[in-house]
Amino acid sequence: MNSKLSEVLAAAKAENRAALIGYLPAGFPSVEGGIRAVRALIEGGCDIVEVGLPHSDPVLDGPTIQTADDIALRGGVRIKDVLRTVQEVAGSAPEAAVLVMTYWNPVDRYGVARFAADLAAAGGAGVILPDLPVEESEEWRKAAGEHGLDTVFVVAPSSKDKRLAEVTSAGSGFVYAAAVMGVTGSRAQVGTMAHDLVDRTRATTDLPVCVGLGVSTAAQATEVAGFADGVIVGSAFVQRILDAGEDEEAALAAVRSLAAELAEGVRRR
Amino acid sequence: MSENDYLPGAQVPDARGYFGAYGGRFIPEALIAAVEQVADEYEKAKNDPAFLAELDLLLKDYTGRPSPLTDVDRFSAEAGGARVLLKREDLNHTGSHKINNVLGQALLTRRMGKTRIIAETGAGQHGVATATACALFGFECTIYMGEVDTERQALNVARMRMLGAEVIAVKSGSRTLKDAINEAFRDWVANVDSTHYLFGTVAGPHPFPAMVRDFHRVIGIEARAQVLERTGRLPDAVVACVGGGSNAMGIFHEFIPDAGVRLIGCEAAGEGAETPRHAATLTKGDPGVLHGARTYVLQDEDGQTIESHSISAGLDYPGVGPEHAWLKDTGRAEYRPVTDDDAMQALRLLSRTEGIIPAIESAHALAGALVLGRELGPQATILVSLSGRGDKDMHTAAQYFGLYDSEGK
Ligand SMILES: Cc1ncc(COP(=O)(O)O)c(C=O)c1O
Repeated sequence: MNSKLSEVLAAAKAENRAALIGYLPAGFPSVEGGIRAVRALIEGGCDIVEVGLPHSDPVLDGPTIQTADDIALRGGVRIKDVLRTVQEVAGSAPEAAVLVMTYWNPVDRYGVARFAADLAAAGGAGVILPDLPVEESEEWRKAAGEHGLDTVFVVAPSSKDKRLAEVTSAGSGFVYAAAVMGVTGSRAQVGTMAHDLVDRTRATTDLPVCVGLGVSTAAQATEVAGFADGVIVGSAFVQRILDAGEDEEAALAAVRSLAAELAEGVRRR
Repeated sequence: MSENDYLPGAQVPDARGYFGAYGGRFIPEALIAAVEQVADEYEKAKNDPAFLAELDLLLKDYTGRPSPLTDVDRFSAEAGGARVLLKREDLNHTGSHKINNVLGQALLTRRMGKTRIIAETGAGQHGVATATACALFGFECTIYMGEVDTERQALNVARMRMLGAEVIAVKSGSRTLKDAINEAFRDWVANVDSTHYLFGTVAGPHPFPAMVRDFHRVIGIEARAQVLERTGRLPDAVVACVGGGSNAMGIFHEFIPDAGVRLIGCEAAGEGAETPRHAATLTKGDPGVLHGARTYVLQDEDGQTIESHSISAGLDYPGVGPEHAWLKDTGRAEYRPVTDDDAMQALRLLSRTEGIIPAIESAHALAGALVLGRELGPQATILVSLSGRGDKDMHTAAQYFGLYDSEGK
């Protein structure tokens, strides 16, 4: 059976374009405001959204997402709010695939089977758990499989070819190729490592390969769409919301317009 | 798990870095290759006579090992008359046990061909030891330290800078050790080709818990022989403070097969383990994942880390090394909370009865020994890890006890 995530990626491929994947943390700037912001990602043109489950110790995130996580946690966001965000978004946008991206400890603490069941019930399509390497992932993958959830693994420029094969054979949905060595955050250049990593990854798998980390502009989206199946953008959306301050309408408009620019970018390859 | 798992020859951790249910490697893919390189290089180094000989020579001629064992009669009188023996890691070069691990990993860094070292530090002792080794070996050095800790351990910030290290004050989260570790990981992911992360305690992803422990095992190996020679028998108990747990693992390890020797770790209870302001991870935490390993963590129902509090920067940490988690669950070691106030009283007591000013971290172990001595009585012998000296803590102590003329209590 084809997963929601595979369907969405296949549809983009059929249109001969890359998919656009947008990230925003749940609870940012508030639970309700966060739901509206994730919807704005889809309204602007994202095919897939990653809903972040904010964590107290986001070791893979740069200052922008750290700030957003901080605001969400200080606002009291809970896992149940994250799941409700998934449910509201998936319910109102059945054409999109909704993923949760988070660190492992919140899932572990919530309960592996319980999280998988509740995420699936909320209409979630899968997860990205960047600090859960393949070696530690067996219990999660089993639970995810039972509930029809995809598990997207990250590969990095430092991943050796043998390792790439191990990682891609464990994952499903797509492979997340990190464009650079580093944490999340916008960068002036996508860099040369991304293309090489995508090629090396494709040699090990038929899964779509999507590129993230540092991509923030339409021009970069076009560049990445030239060699990848999807373009992942996070910090740039978060930054638009931070820049809008208290003005929620302005924030949502900024998110929508960036998503629209990027959506055009991924179609221009 | 039974105590038999601690008989000599038991292989811990296993190949995946697990001590029972604890340990492992919960890290981003980008760091897998680097951590595997550390593990592979360490496996080779620890079986390489040339590496071991070079480390031994450094420990002897540079650090000043073996560190002495000191009988403290006047202090013992306050500990129910039990005989207290101090293992004097405070007399090592740079003033704490931290140098043992740092020299080992510095040699390893050179073997791996890396030229830059980063490290986290809480009390600043690991940072000072790392900056020292970088000066000695000619490595570039960046130390991450929580902003709160740069203030309460300002002397050590100056020492690190004097030694040529860059010190970065970390302003995120609780602005203490936990956040310094987060920031060091972020640096490592971005610079892993040139850089070794010289982790300062027995936590973190495999192989750090086992490797850091191995570099500190010298503490227990020396102390066990010294106590036997001095007293003709093994001690009744070994007591050490536990932040991440490196000095404790170092002194405990050699005694693990000695079933009659109690192993007691003293955690920071801050304002009290029953209050929200403490760092008593093994006493009050739950199993979870922090900084790359499964271990006990101070966390809420959603798996968010709870900020710790302790007067001691080196113990102010909401996690703990996975081997301690295992020792606790198996019952081979006991972990007790010690409050700020009890530690500060012990600090002053050792200063005034023996002329030894301990680090506030080590004072937690001394406070634990005072209680234990009264429980065990005058027949008992208690070995205490005096993990560091207190010079760095004089500002905190002066404020606590009103030692400055301008603000005398
Ligand atoms: C003197 C001293 N003792 C103990 C510690 C705590 O570390 P660990 O628990 O790893 O020994 C520190 C850490 O900064 C320290 O400086």
